[in-house]
Amino acid sequence: MKATPPPREGLARQIWRSVFRHRFEDLPRNRMLQITSSVFLHLHPATVRRHGLRLRFTWGMGGLSFLTFLVTVVTGVVLMFYYRPTAQWAYIDMKNLQHEIPFGMIQRNMHRWAAHAMVILVWLHMLRVFLSGSYKAPREFNWVVGVALLVLTMLLSFTGYLLPWDQLARWAITVGTNMAAAAPFLGHQGPGASLTGVTERTDLRALLLGGPQVGDPAILRFYVLHCVALPLLAVLLMAVHFWRIRKDGGISGPPAPKE
Amino acid sequence: MSETAVHPTSKLEHLWGRRELFTRLGWGALTASTFAGVVSVARLAVRRAPVEDPTMFRAGKPSDYQVGQVSDRFLKTWRVYVVRQGAELYAIYARCTHLGCTPRWYGREDKFKCPCHGSGFTSAGVNFEGPAPRPLERVRVWLDDAGELWIDVGQKFAHTAFDQPGASVKLPSRIAAIRGGGRA
Repeated sequence: MKATPPPREGLARQIWRSVFRHRFEDLPRNRMLQITSSVFLHLHPATVRRHGLRLRFTWGMGGLSFLTFLVTVVTGVVLMFYYRPTAQWAYIDMKNLQHEIPFGMIQRNMHRWAAHAMVILVWLHMLRVFLSGSYKAPREFNWVVGVALLVLTMLLSFTGYLLPWDQLARWAITVGTNMAAAAPFLGHQGPGASLTGVTERTDLRALLLGGPQVGDPAILRFYVLHCVALPLLAVLLMAVHFWRIRKDGGISGPPAPKE
Repeated sequence: MSETAVHPTSKLEHLWGRRELFTRLGWGALTASTFAGVVSVARLAVRRAPVEDPTMFRAGKPSDYQVGQVSDRFLKTWRVYVVRQGAELYAIYARCTHLGCTPRWYGREDKFKCPCHGSGFTSAGVNFEGPAPRPLERVRVWLDDAGELWIDVGQKFAHTAFDQPGASVKLPSRIAAIRGGGRA
């Protein structure tokens, strides 16, 4: 087999080579292997086009959106160690995080501000893609994936809104879920409710809240959606989104000058 | 090799071959089990029977409520305002008809005001400002044989049903004569 070390090779060398399959001389071939042989880097192109370095075409909005997502994931996991999603404890745990837990305040606020920034950046990213025409062929499908990711970002923001369990959270979710009760076909007050047969107990609002009003079942459902279901979906779609960028000809840039 | 050579008898030509049969069975089983899984998880989101808290409670004597006053004694516990207007007494369900927040009673301005989007209601619960499309709902009220007031928040009356029995109580003249004001 190719990877078999020569008989004189030491154990340390063998371990090193079992992880890294490329050499480190600064050669074009090694540079490409560094990208393509790493699971973390392989979504990147092995070569970057010159226009990809121009900041003012994309403003780096997609990358910044992803960065804020990573910040919310890391800080979110930290917050989960101290937060119990019940009506009895949620607010107290949130307050204790701020005033009782060392560095809890900065963790919570990093999560909060990164989440706000992510919503803003995702919208600006969409605006940039629209204004620069980057949704056009061959990138139509990636635009659709992007719209789904935008919706997921909104849903993550909405579900996270309830978790502090303060007055703003409870009434904002009361209003938001009542709007869901008026959604076409899915809400019992919406148009077409008689066609789908949804009732006050089985419509989208009831599905979100798990009860007649915002209470214990609602906070648990929002917590699971916020911490598990929606992030998993988002990661899945992000993988598709990033992979498609490369398959559709690399990062979007200005049209090539006519020869 | 031609197709007829694979299937020597022409009778069997319209049947699925062994591989095709197992392929279809495999994909069919996978599709069916995936579908069953999705359906079961979707059904799991709605309970078999709703968890219901008790809805009926004793609200004291009618004379506990002053004439013309809106009482918030049972706002925190039962989400209702008890209102006594002349010889009539009713209970307003404190859920805004716009998007479901809890309107507060402002005595000095003589109106309910919703904190979420500014809907205003009169002491009778009639909407007169803001986005609320309908008057506030009422809940069932009645007097028992001992003359005590009962309220059932499980039975609601939209404004089109305010004339129905239970949407309000007419106080008998001997009770109405007491203008109230004890504990309200």
